[in-house]
Amino acid sequence: MTPAIEVRCVAKRYGDFEALRGVSLSIGRGEFFGLLGPNGAGKTTLISIVAGLARASSGEVAVMGHDVVREFRAARRALGVVPQELVFDPFFTVRETLRISSGYYGIRGNDDWIDEILANLDLSSKADVNMRALSGGMKRRVLVAQALVHRPPVIVLDEPTAGVDVELRQALWQFVRRLNRDGHTIVLTTHYLEEAQELCDRIAMLKQGTVVALDRTQSLLRRFAGGRLQLRFSGAPLPAVLEPLRLPDVAPAADDDGVATRDPSTGVRVSLRVDEYAGVESMLAALREAGCRIEELELAHADLEDVFVRIMRETR
Amino acid sequence: MAAARESVAAGFSMHGFVTLLRKEVLRFAKVGVQTVAAPVLTALLYLLIFSHVLEERVQVFDGVRYTSFLLPGLVMMSVLQNAFANSSSSLIQSKITGNIVFVLLSPLSYREIYAAYVLAAVLRGMAVAAGVFAVTAWFANLPFAAPGWILAFALLGSAILGTMGLIAGIWAEKFDQIAAFQSFIIMPLTFLSGVFYSVKSLPDFWQTVSHLSPFFYMVDGFRYGFFGVSDVAPATSLSVVVVTFAAVSAIALRLLATGYRLRH
Repeated sequence: MTPAIEVRCVAKRYGDFEALRGVSLSIGRGEFFGLLGPNGAGKTTLISIVAGLARASSGEVAVMGHDVVREFRAARRALGVVPQELVFDPFFTVRETLRISSGYYGIRGNDDWIDEILANLDLSSKADVNMRALSGGMKRRVLVAQALVHRPPVIVLDEPTAGVDVELRQALWQFVRRLNRDGHTIVLTTHYLEEAQELCDRIAMLKQGTVVALDRTQSLLRRFAGGRLQLRFSGAPLPAVLEPLRLPDVAPAADDDGVATRDPSTGVRVSLRVDEYAGVESMLAALREAGCRIEELELAHADLEDVFVRIMRETR
Repeated sequence: MAAARESVAAGFSMHGFVTLLRKEVLRFAKVGVQTVAAPVLTALLYLLIFSHVLEERVQVFDGVRYTSFLLPGLVMMSVLQNAFANSSSSLIQSKITGNIVFVLLSPLSYREIYAAYVLAAVLRGMAVAAGVFAVTAWFANLPFAAPGWILAFALLGSAILGTMGLIAGIWAEKFDQIAAFQSFIIMPLTFLSGVFYSVKSLPDFWQTVSHLSPFFYMVDGFRYGFFGVSDVAPATSLSVVVVTFAAVSAIALRLLATGYRLRH
């Protein structure tokens, strides 16, 4: 079966800067696919090329088997994109906006489907409100609605939950999950890795315009089996033998009260990489021998954030 | 940058084009006081002041009062300036606020985008022309000698300026660049095109300069349609205007096809 999205050797250069360096990947129909990477990795550039908002310097992209340049009409009809920026046309109401979006795709009399989308996104009461009068969260929902008006089989969500409150985020994911269950292919870029881990069947990680990991989410997690030993200790510094296992702080270290911890009285907080659980005993022994007094200890399984940090570090 | 290899015919939807056109018309119609009524008032003020000052002192064509001579020029000036303002302001606003993305994501071809923006500019130009005629009809008894020429020059003139507005909107990255385009190119060219006078009354040098501007031919040909008299033969004016339209359209279509400053 033709993949939902096929990206073949796509490069994109802006002058001397290479935003994408020969990216190839294939996203199957019905997949929930995550595109992850640090800022500037090329995620939005890749999505822009898929959507026709940017043109590849070389390489080819097809959506549902339609080349995005040669068969741009069919490719764009198959694609719904929720852009990252909160953009809207201030001249129109929500319903007018959705009717205009439908019209661009050649669809008339789309009000039944528009009403259904509005209801699903809890926007029915705002249908006749001007876009300017909506809150940021509401505008974000309208962007999602606009991406869906032409019932595209492939939906791309570019950082859809950036700056969105928890309630809307939950509602949005519930709706997107339903779309995926109904057969829509979903491509998601996000900085919230826990969301990607929870939602995505498969993940590609980009770094400096290159795909550095592409696998099923569970395989990526298994590839880095083991976990993380989170410690708070006092009495002595971390022994040198454990330094190579030390993980970078993902979030600023803080104690239960939210106070930064490097205070000798509360101890030092570190996270150590655990490759095999059998190695935990020797790690604790090394700490004891060095004179460290363990105040707190927690063994956490590897999550996508750990995998992401390791892959990004290992592919320097 | 290579031009896009877009298969324009495949999957064409007239409704898509009509939707973009309708959206562009609604955009100016929703703020009609600013986009139609204000230029009508400006033209009315020009007419009142210039006719009051010059009515008894200037006669350009034999048997034609100055106010009657002035009126077609003012109408054409309003048409041209507003056609330019429509496409340029719509595009730059969409680019700066980012909502141009909805047009770019759609299956509309660059030709449909071009046609919708230019046609909307023409419609605004015609709406302003109708408004100016409506409020100034009391001041002058225009003969409408050759209505076909009036329509041809009004449509082509507004299409040229609508296309120039599109080019400016694509090129500009800030509002003040549009304002500069308007102040330093459009405004001087319309003022120096014989709106308020016949270019035959100018010194030779400035007559030559005026004849280099396509705006002069738009105004002169348009005025011919009212009086059956003009500085240049109307067929010559029409030829210049048609060639100008073809030239600016070619530039605009090329910019849209390559995605210049739109598709990065």
